[in-house]
Amino acid sequence: MNTGYNFAYLDEQTKRMVRRAILKAVAVPGHQVPFGSREMPLPYGWGTGGIQITASIIGPGDVLKVIDQGADDTTNAVSIRRFFARTAGVAPTTRTEHATIIQTRHRIPEKTLREDQIIVYQVPQPEPLSRLEPSRAETRRMHALSEYGLMQVKLYEDITRYGHVAISYDYPVMVNFRYLMAPSPIPAFDNPKLHMMPALQLFGAGREKRIYAVPPWTDVRSLDFDDHPFRATRAPHPCGLCGATDSYLDEVVVDDRGGRLFVCSDTDHCETRRQAGANPLAAE
Amino acid sequence: MSEDTLLSARGLGLRFGAVPALVDVDAELWPGEVLAVVGESGSGKTTLLNVLSGRLRPQAGVVWYRDPEGRLHDVHAMPLPALRALHRSDWGFVHQNPRENLRMGVSAGGNVGERLMAQGARHYGRIREEAIAWLRQVEIDADRVDDLPRSFSGGMLQRLQIARTLVTHPRLVFMDEPTGGLDVSVQARLLDLVRSLVARLGIAAVLVTHDLAVARLLAHRIVVMQRGRVVEAGLTDQVLDDPQHEYTQLLVSSVLQA
Amino acid sequence: MNGPARTMLRTLSLDKTFTLHLRNGLRIPVLRNVALAVQAGECVALTGPSGAGKSTLLRALYGNYRADAGHIWVRHDDRMTDIAAAPPRTVVQVRAATLGYVSQFLRVVPRVAALDIVAEAARGPDPATARARAEALLLRLNIPRRLHALPPATFSGGEQQRVNLARGFIGGHPVLLLDEPTASLDAANRDIVIAMIREAKTRSVAIVGIFHDTTVRDAVADRSYEVTPLQEAA
Repeated sequence: MNTGYNFAYLDEQTKRMVRRAILKAVAVPGHQVPFGSREMPLPYGWGTGGIQITASIIGPGDVLKVIDQGADDTTNAVSIRRFFARTAGVAPTTRTEHATIIQTRHRIPEKTLREDQIIVYQVPQPEPLSRLEPSRAETRRMHALSEYGLMQVKLYEDITRYGHVAISYDYPVMVNFRYLMAPSPIPAFDNPKLHMMPALQLFGAGREKRIYAVPPWTDVRSLDFDDHPFRATRAPHPCGLCGATDSYLDEVVVDDRGGRLFVCSDTDHCETRRQAGANPLAAE
Repeated sequence: MSEDTLLSARGLGLRFGAVPALVDVDAELWPGEVLAVVGESGSGKTTLLNVLSGRLRPQAGVVWYRDPEGRLHDVHAMPLPALRALHRSDWGFVHQNPRENLRMGVSAGGNVGERLMAQGARHYGRIREEAIAWLRQVEIDADRVDDLPRSFSGGMLQRLQIARTLVTHPRLVFMDEPTGGLDVSVQARLLDLVRSLVARLGIAAVLVTHDLAVARLLAHRIVVMQRGRVVEAGLTDQVLDDPQHEYTQLLVSSVLQA
Repeated sequence: MNGPARTMLRTLSLDKTFTLHLRNGLRIPVLRNVALAVQAGECVALTGPSGAGKSTLLRALYGNYRADAGHIWVRHDDRMTDIAAAPPRTVVQVRAATLGYVSQFLRVVPRVAALDIVAEAARGPDPATARARAEALLLRLNIPRRLHALPPATFSGGEQQRVNLARGFIGGHPVLLLDEPTASLDAANRDIVIAMIREAKTRSVAIVGIFHDTTVRDAVADRSYEVTPLQEAA
């Protein structure tokens, strides 16, 4: 551990400020709380919001897992894990079930989380209405007055134009029957996992300076129509490595002749299954 | 306020700096009747409309509204969420420029269905059917339901705005020069549409217009404004055919006969 | 006339003076102390020289002109309602249910078909019945079917007036005010209108009319009311 920094990089006052924001966010599920986002040693767009949340809640006894697009070994995940190794010295892990804090970019682990775990999402754009209503003042008013007709209109337009809702990631959800929330660019496939999750879910947007939260066991519903209900979609293939038919898949190009392989996006999930003997040829 | 008035304003006063926009203005509206507010520019008629509809706060006076359950509300003391909800349900506002009240990037059906969705409607098929029904009511071809308003003519846009406003069956509609921006040939058709809709649906309306012919055609009662004051009020045909006040006589005599 | 006489329309001390502010407040008194009573099933003809105020009186009876003083009672909902003193809302109700008016000229509503203009005035029946009645009435008044779907703006004066008459008669108002109903009509159509007025009388409709054509007046009027021009200028 590098002793030139405070534990987990942020000074204690900043951590308190962030924790206060987190408490407010947990008290009002889905509501965006502004916070004094700090300068971090990596640029905006690389998870500074998520890092600040993790830094504010992590302690020496925590076990940290960091994933990016479901994988532990991508650049972003590796960098952030190393950051916390240097500034906090906490034990890292790639095993979802061993982690107490999971920081993620753009995926929720396949394994159902527990009440003693916290998942921290990296959020680029916290405002779910941002593409429909350019005025932030107006979107704040809409959230305050619970006027979400505009989002429903957007879904209506999608169905009119494409026959189905054309949102494949960052699919808007209604949290606790009250606030419209952007769940971060997780695939729509992951949305059902947000609902009644036993773990605490925290969302941090560093550039936009917003924190929001979904407390454990909260009702989270994806917006839809009664006659066009929300469906979690995935590629209709089993994982090429472990044979799973119910996990979210990445499509990987394997050669220069167009050969491709579908594999579990959640590397830990895939690895764990393979260690237990699963393979693509076994009957599921 | 009598037993069954829908809207009642007393002693409205508003100045923009030194300019008196409204001076001691009273107005009343009963269910199912159309009240025209006429006057030249600067008369205060649009200001009155905005004050009555809660969009502009008066410096003096009060506007009472009776909701469908018969309860009275002071329009300017209502909490903002309630007023906004009112504008999406029991009230409507038809602007002179339909583009101000339409989403140009959303299909006609989406525009008409929005108020329903804002009130919690969640069945796509039924929302679209209702939108189609309303498009027919305003004489827009049903197969335009998925088209963007960008492709609509001025008269069609105005009719689309009306459909969008009426979809929640408002009892009270505020109209600001609804035919103002339209070609004369288009105006007639629109006026007739408004006339028949208002009569059939029993809608009460406050209609601001500078065109006395429009007032005569659509309104039961008329209020004549000059420099912020009501100078004459009464039965439309009586005020226009037998004007008592000097200004009204001037207005009426100034209208060109085609 | 059936049954005992019932007063449907009555005026008392009715005064009307026009004040022309644009002519320096020039006052023109037209009606002074008009006392008129009309029974159900009776037709009263307003007589007097041109400019005496017959049309003014008729319009005042309808509430189109404002009475300066006096009363104009109309039997509405079986109560005598003074429309000279009533609020506008009441006058609207009286006109809808009780008091009809056929003006001398059709005020043309652009782009609305003749049939629809008449059917709208039918008050009460469902749209299909209203249109059927309107069509029958227009045909009776010799407006051929091919004109029913056209707006009357391009009709001749006589045709417009017949549309106007159809609109006035279809409502079945118990009190009817007619301003020169046959002015632009030829003899054949005039006779049809006479028949319509007579039928209305047998239905106990009370009628006040201005008839320049003495043939018509003699055929339908039970009595006359003379409107004398007021000599004073102010």
